[in-house]
Amino acid sequence: MTGKLMELDHVSRTFPVGNLRVRAVNNVSLAIERGEILCLVGESGCGKTTTGRIVAGLLKPTAGRILFEGRDIWAMDDKGFKGYRKAVQIVHQDPYASLNPVHSIYKILSAPLFRHGLAVTQQEAQIKIRELLQIVDLTPPEEFLDKYPHQLSGGQRQRISVARALTVNPRFIVADEAVSMVDVSIRVSLLNMLSRLKDQLGVTFLFITHDLALAKYFAWEGRIAVMYLGCIVEVAATPRLINDPSHPYSRALLSALPEADPELTRTKKRVVLRSLDVPSLLDLPSGCTFHPRCPQFREGLCERQAPELAQIGDNRYVACHLVAPGMAS
Amino acid sequence: MEGHKGGLRPPNQVIKGGFAPLTPRGADTTLSVQDLWVEYRTRRGTVKAVRGVSLDLCRGEALALIGESGSGKTTLGLSLIRLIPRSARIRAGRVIYRRDGQEYDVLSLGSEDLRQFRWKECAMVFQSALNALNPVLKVWDQVYDTASAHRQAYAHRTRQRALDLLRLVQLDPERVLRSYPHELSGGMRQRVLLAMSLLLDPQVLILDEPTTALDVLTQRAIIDVLRRLRKELEFSLILISHDLSLAAELADRVATMYAGAIVEIGDVYETFYRPRHPYTLGLLRAVPTVTGQMRDLASIPGCPPDLVNMPSGCKFHPRCPYADSRCQEEELELAQVGRGHAAACFHWQQVQYELEAREGA
Repeated sequence: MTGKLMELDHVSRTFPVGNLRVRAVNNVSLAIERGEILCLVGESGCGKTTTGRIVAGLLKPTAGRILFEGRDIWAMDDKGFKGYRKAVQIVHQDPYASLNPVHSIYKILSAPLFRHGLAVTQQEAQIKIRELLQIVDLTPPEEFLDKYPHQLSGGQRQRISVARALTVNPRFIVADEAVSMVDVSIRVSLLNMLSRLKDQLGVTFLFITHDLALAKYFAWEGRIAVMYLGCIVEVAATPRLINDPSHPYSRALLSALPEADPELTRTKKRVVLRSLDVPSLLDLPSGCTFHPRCPQFREGLCERQAPELAQIGDNRYVACHLVAPGMAS
Repeated sequence: MEGHKGGLRPPNQVIKGGFAPLTPRGADTTLSVQDLWVEYRTRRGTVKAVRGVSLDLCRGEALALIGESGSGKTTLGLSLIRLIPRSARIRAGRVIYRRDGQEYDVLSLGSEDLRQFRWKECAMVFQSALNALNPVLKVWDQVYDTASAHRQAYAHRTRQRALDLLRLVQLDPERVLRSYPHELSGGMRQRVLLAMSLLLDPQVLILDEPTTALDVLTQRAIIDVLRRLRKELEFSLILISHDLSLAAELADRVATMYAGAIVEIGDVYETFYRPRHPYTLGLLRAVPTVTGQMRDLASIPGCPPDLVNMPSGCKFHPRCPYADSRCQEEELELAQVGRGHAAACFHWQQVQYELEAREGA
């Protein structure tokens, strides 16, 4: 509503593997608006985590630019970049690995406060940390201050990770599979807590997940971007993408998903793929990378030209020759 | 020795006795678990991982064990083939296996009989299945090792069986047998393991989280393969999973475990549409679906109990919205709440009442 906060402009990232280079992220362009939730959905190895790390400023893209409020973050001076790293925080997947086991919760949460000069005395830090623990529903806060990560459950640890991200008053949070390792019975409460951050603190989210059902629940008012082998194949508002996906890959994903409803899941219509094998990133198929598996494959077109992400409707983009014809690069 | 009947010797004594209360009438049971208790000894104290579990597995049936991590599902699965770690002890209970009119007490089988029982009668695919293959042996060598360890040393016959099974799980059999595990993708390895588990034609197959850590499209392929295998080979299946959607896909019956005990068991449609235990209801309410309307979701408050210091009475009471003083004192056993449907809760009628009122609204 109030313009773009984060913009990815033709971003690519390759990694060296032996003498070859893997294209983990391939020419991705995306814009995320202030206060929006954008879900990045895809299977393992599609480049969604790499994209998240690039957005968080932890990885430099090998090509393309990241614009934050219109400024290229890799062209910023030191001070500007430090400000960027403060404004954009990341919550990692594994709450068992992301918290230092020998530091108390107080120490974990006070370190960034002192580091960034948001608190000078212990007393100030105490007050701030109590507030943070309350925001993430760890109450009463006194009970948690002197605990160590091993004394907390997975869900509680993940709340600490979120609280740590919030210490520096970020405007943008990258949540990389932030609830995937948490027990099913408490996932929803974590998601609700995250949505509250969006509403109350105006935080913008890049929510990375492999689980479309979670994406639907969390980003119902936002958008979903589907990634396949390093490329974005479809972007649309969540209800449209879930109810009426355009790209054959999005359709295949949605139809393949097992659901916690026996009647529904046993009678669902399935998209049958031409091949089950996921191509290697080191040897990507020519043209559209989905063509060897795509049920709508058209010979002479799909294996020759790579489709570009093209607008096919209001705020809806698809990279497919058959859905958005005549848009080949 | 040939064929699958060579393995298990006839029992010294035929066990007669009590069926657990929920045997569907007329169906013959392959495996009966009766009041099984399993504990782990740790420095902190005794972990009561399985507490008085009784269940029957019928011929050809698929039973799903669902529950959160630490609910005892895996320990129960491992106990059925007595593969629990050293720190664990089966304190009480019986596991009765039936084949060709004979009954075998699994918990008192001698070591050689037990070895034959595993894989040949009852096979298990473990949770970290992707690492279960030996990385330095080709698939065929691992298949042959398995067969010869079970006295089925005819290479050509084993090979034929392996080829058939690999084809059934939709792999290119010749290529796969020649491959090393690292040459196969995760989904392919999982399918190889499924095929290998069925190599000796077991009556019972136990799968522990068979699709966790696999991608959606691969997961779909495994589910479809499992369905096909069950149709063609008619084994009984125990499916251990925290993933309710997998149970919804494949199970005939569902058993919910909490704190080491089965708190609800019933037909899959009954369990999903007419749950009677507040924990099952809570789990169902916590999982979003993609198709259909946006459901109101809610987490279960609190976290799973510490299995060393368990709450008094009903182990779910600290998290349960229906709990009252009775729940704090007394733990109920499973009792019938519908046709072939049992739950262990004082308040199951209230759960039913509220569900029906909500549907009516």
